[in-house]
Amino acid sequence: MPDLAVNFAGITSPNPFWLASGPPSNTAGQVMRAFDAGWGGAVWKTIGEPVINTTSRYGGIDYGPQKLMGFNNIELISDRPIEDNLCEIAEVKKRYPRHAVIASLMVESRREAWHEMVKRAEDAGSDGLELNFGCPHGMSERGMGAAVGQVPEYTTMITEWVKEVARTPVIVKLTPNITDVTRIAVAAEQGGADGISLINTINSLMGVDLDTLAPRPTVAGKSSHGGYCGPAVKPIALNMVAACARRVKIPISGIGGIATWSDAAEFVALGASSLQVCTAVMHYGFRMVEDMIEGMESYLASKGLARLDDLVGRAVPNVADWGDLDLNYKIVAEINPDLCIGCHLCYVACEDGAHQCIEEYPASASGKRIPRIIKDECVGCNLCALVCPVHGCITMEEIDTGKPVFTWKDRAREQRQQTGIAYTPSLWGE
Amino acid sequence: MKLEQIAPKLPLEKYEENFADLNPLLTPQQALIAASRCLYCFDAPCIVACPTRIDVPSFIRKISTGNLTGSARVILSANVLGESCGRVCPTEVLCEGACVLNGTGERPVEIGRLQRYAVDYAVSRGFNPLRAGTPNGQRVACIGSGPASLACAAELAGRGYAVEIFDRNAAPGGLNTYGIAAYKSRAEDSLREVRLVENVGVRIHQGVEVTGDPRIVEGRESKVEGTASAMVDGSRSAIQREPSTEGAASTFDLQPSTFNLQQAPSRIALSELESQYDAIFIGVGLGETWDLQLPGEGLRGVCGAMEFIERTKSRPFAGIDVGRRVAVIGAGNTAVDVVTAARRLGAEAVYMIYRRGEDSMPAFAYEYELAKQDGVIFLWNTQPLAILGHEGAVTGLQCARTRLEGRGRFARVDIEPGSNFVLEVDMIVKALGQQPMTEFLRSIPGIELRSGRVVVDSATHQTANPKYFAGGDCVNGGREVVDAVAEGMAAARGIDAWLGHELTVDS
Ligand SMILES: Cc1cc2nc3c(=O)[nH]c(=O)nc-3n(C[C@H](O)[C@H](O)[C@H](O)COP(=O)(O)OP(=O)(O)OC[C@H]3O[C@@H](n4cnc5c(N)ncnc54)[C@H](O)[C@@H]3O)c2cc1C
Ligand SMILES: Cc1cc2nc3c(=O)[nH]c(=O)nc-3n(C[C@H](O)[C@H](O)[C@H](O)COP(=O)(O)O)c2cc1C
Ligand code: SF4
Repeated sequence: MPDLAVNFAGITSPNPFWLASGPPSNTAGQVMRAFDAGWGGAVWKTIGEPVINTTSRYGGIDYGPQKLMGFNNIELISDRPIEDNLCEIAEVKKRYPRHAVIASLMVESRREAWHEMVKRAEDAGSDGLELNFGCPHGMSERGMGAAVGQVPEYTTMITEWVKEVARTPVIVKLTPNITDVTRIAVAAEQGGADGISLINTINSLMGVDLDTLAPRPTVAGKSSHGGYCGPAVKPIALNMVAACARRVKIPISGIGGIATWSDAAEFVALGASSLQVCTAVMHYGFRMVEDMIEGMESYLASKGLARLDDLVGRAVPNVADWGDLDLNYKIVAEINPDLCIGCHLCYVACEDGAHQCIEEYPASASGKRIPRIIKDECVGCNLCALVCPVHGCITMEEIDTGKPVFTWKDRAREQRQQTGIAYTPSLWGE
Repeated sequence: MKLEQIAPKLPLEKYEENFADLNPLLTPQQALIAASRCLYCFDAPCIVACPTRIDVPSFIRKISTGNLTGSARVILSANVLGESCGRVCPTEVLCEGACVLNGTGERPVEIGRLQRYAVDYAVSRGFNPLRAGTPNGQRVACIGSGPASLACAAELAGRGYAVEIFDRNAAPGGLNTYGIAAYKSRAEDSLREVRLVENVGVRIHQGVEVTGDPRIVEGRESKVEGTASAMVDGSRSAIQREPSTEGAASTFDLQPSTFNLQQAPSRIALSELESQYDAIFIGVGLGETWDLQLPGEGLRGVCGAMEFIERTKSRPFAGIDVGRRVAVIGAGNTAVDVVTAARRLGAEAVYMIYRRGEDSMPAFAYEYELAKQDGVIFLWNTQPLAILGHEGAVTGLQCARTRLEGRGRFARVDIEPGSNFVLEVDMIVKALGQQPMTEFLRSIPGIELRSGRVVVDSATHQTANPKYFAGGDCVNGGREVVDAVAEGMAAARGIDAWLGHELTVDS
């Protein structure tokens, strides 16, 4: 079986699956049960001066019958005394020396406060520190969390403070609530961070009760913006992880919407070398890690990869700037008439929502009306295949145009050579 | 069997259509949709409802995450006959009956079909999660190769035992091969599962009947040299049994001719097994159908349900003669299998005859539905009195109407005076249930029988003779495949504990 063991900036764990800082990693009892279920590590629920939480505090979005496609919370950091949390970390480390226990920290933005917190966490035996510069609500109003993580200079500064005293690896957790996450990643790297983790939750408001007009999650008729996470945020997280993988050299812990082994494998391929999960555990419990481990092992084995490390970042070179994509590459849609059930969703999608490249085809002998792609018109946008409810019915077929690779950058360069004028302002360094 | 009137043969493709899979293999898309309906309950009631305690939510979640071999591993490690069970279990009264979605008024998750899907996916790609354990030097013999023995053998092999199975039939699998209705599962489906068990090193000796005393049989001493297989291999071998790792390639010759023993099985005496093996598992199932005890029972055209169904599982459908008009006596699940098979083979009128009322019918509700859909004619409150014949062949069944004193299955049945009538039929199938193997079981020293059933300890499945363990139909009196598997597994753990290893009984 492939080796899933992880060495993340010096933090080792039997597998890459860690509990993300959140309710599942709130107490020693939970973390130990998680380790028994197979989790390789845990980032403790963020420790700092204890807070007072509201009730309620979580909101969810369902999609059709699927519960919790998206999840949000207005919860703050740990509401338990620092001392209790640290004692429990010590206890867990004593009993589970091979597992990774990482203390997530958030204190007021004073050098001494950080120095003291770092020492206490390390004295308790944590294997590493995660600096929570990402919490988007409550704490940011107090000058912590996202208030730090949205300003590169603050990020560098506090990371430096921590590094002045830290003896264990320091991970900076990034907020997605920023235009360009890589600037904060670079700032953390400059501050001396040993790794970064992302994403924290995304600013969100889950909805409004149309009878009471109270936003969700509701606290006595009111609500506040909260942090969005769960399956819905995975594409955002993947993009940010990939973007960071292209910019920084330090290792990345991938977070955001991971619920299955294949989600996890995608994060790894895009540059994550450890993975953190919160919402899926809150939904289904610790037991889900068993399938994540088994699925990851069989995936690696099926690809002939001996260890997880062999997958890390393998897809990063395929993440390109738009200007580097081949404009001569061509695909067109193809409908398999044997599989088509005649719903015409592709037809209306293309007709009203795309490029009018599907025609109604006269009823066949069987009486089934099957739409047909007008191949010369099809722009190969994928829309019809995306709306088609039948597995494998509409496929996108590659057309050999016989033309060489030709990118936007090539075109801009050509244009400039011919006319002496830059065709468009160069966004891609040309 | 020469019948008075044989139902006309159907076009060949009609037979296949009639016996087509009742619940076909799900397509990947169907499986994904079905799996996504599972709530992934914690401490789920479907697990408890399964006699083999398959971790249903876990295997279904693995289907939705695309970890199909992992899914099959979860299923097969709890129940080596997981694929058959997915096809043949009465899921309505087991896992699916317990599905929490029933409580919301929704349809339950299609657990059985998903189970079959996952195992089929994995096994058809040559995946077998079962592994032989490190040999512990101990040997166990299993008598019978039905679900109970297969499960017991696979579990023991996984724990390091050398296990050999002896079965008097030509092909292994017991009733899972010869008894299950053809539209639920075919003999080759059962044999594919048998191969999983062989692949963990279990040796199956087909065509070998285990006999009690006298211990010298047919003038030839059934001396076993080295392993019993030496004797078996030397005598006859209707089927090859090299273990295969390719799930797709059949190691059994599935030509129907090899399904029926061309010659009498060879024999091996219990005393031989006792001297060769450290423990013996009895998984002999049940025997012949009970007789009607009616005049005319010896006429041509009268047969037992087991014999009739066995034919549908071991011969081409077109080669099975069925009467134009068939009377089936009994109203249990087996009787349903007979009436549906008779109809699907082309019988024009099929009567199900039961002396009590519809509300006392022992068959499961959905089995009754099947019979109704097949256009079977139900004669409730009808008692057969005599079988009528002409020149040695059945021509009719004399019956009378009954009157019940009291309610339900225990009501007294009286004959309504003057209600006699004759049903003109060409074939009569007895489906009154199977008799226990009393004669053979009695020959096993020290074991205790109650109403023909072997008495065992409910946890360990050990009999009163400590060397013998038992499970399946011969213990429970005739239940389902999944019960036989569960009992075989329990017995394997019991044997392991008795032979000095730690008892690991699942809670
Ligand atoms: C017609 C019919 C339909 C059924 N349909 C279903 C269904 O749809 N779903 C379901 O779950 N269950 C069904 N069952 C029940 C199910 O088949 C049995 O419960 C199950 O097969 C019992 O397994 P077993 O191992 O105890 O015995 P069996 O399957 O009966 O196997 C016993 C084996 O022992 C062998 N044997 C007996 N004596 C000796 C001897 N002295 N020496 C050597 N070998 C011997 C026999 O040849 C046989 O192969 C059906 C049963 C019948 C009869
Ligand atoms: C209820 C809740 C509480 C959280 N608390 C913290 C926290 O204290 N510290 C932190 O760094 N992240 C916290 N997070 C963010 C998660 O660690 C994680 O970054 C985010 O939820 C995305 O991952 P997911 O999609 O797997 O949930 C919390 C998330 C949730 C849902
Ligand atoms: S999940 Fe637990 S804490 Fe939360 S509302 Fe329900 S019972 Fe209360």
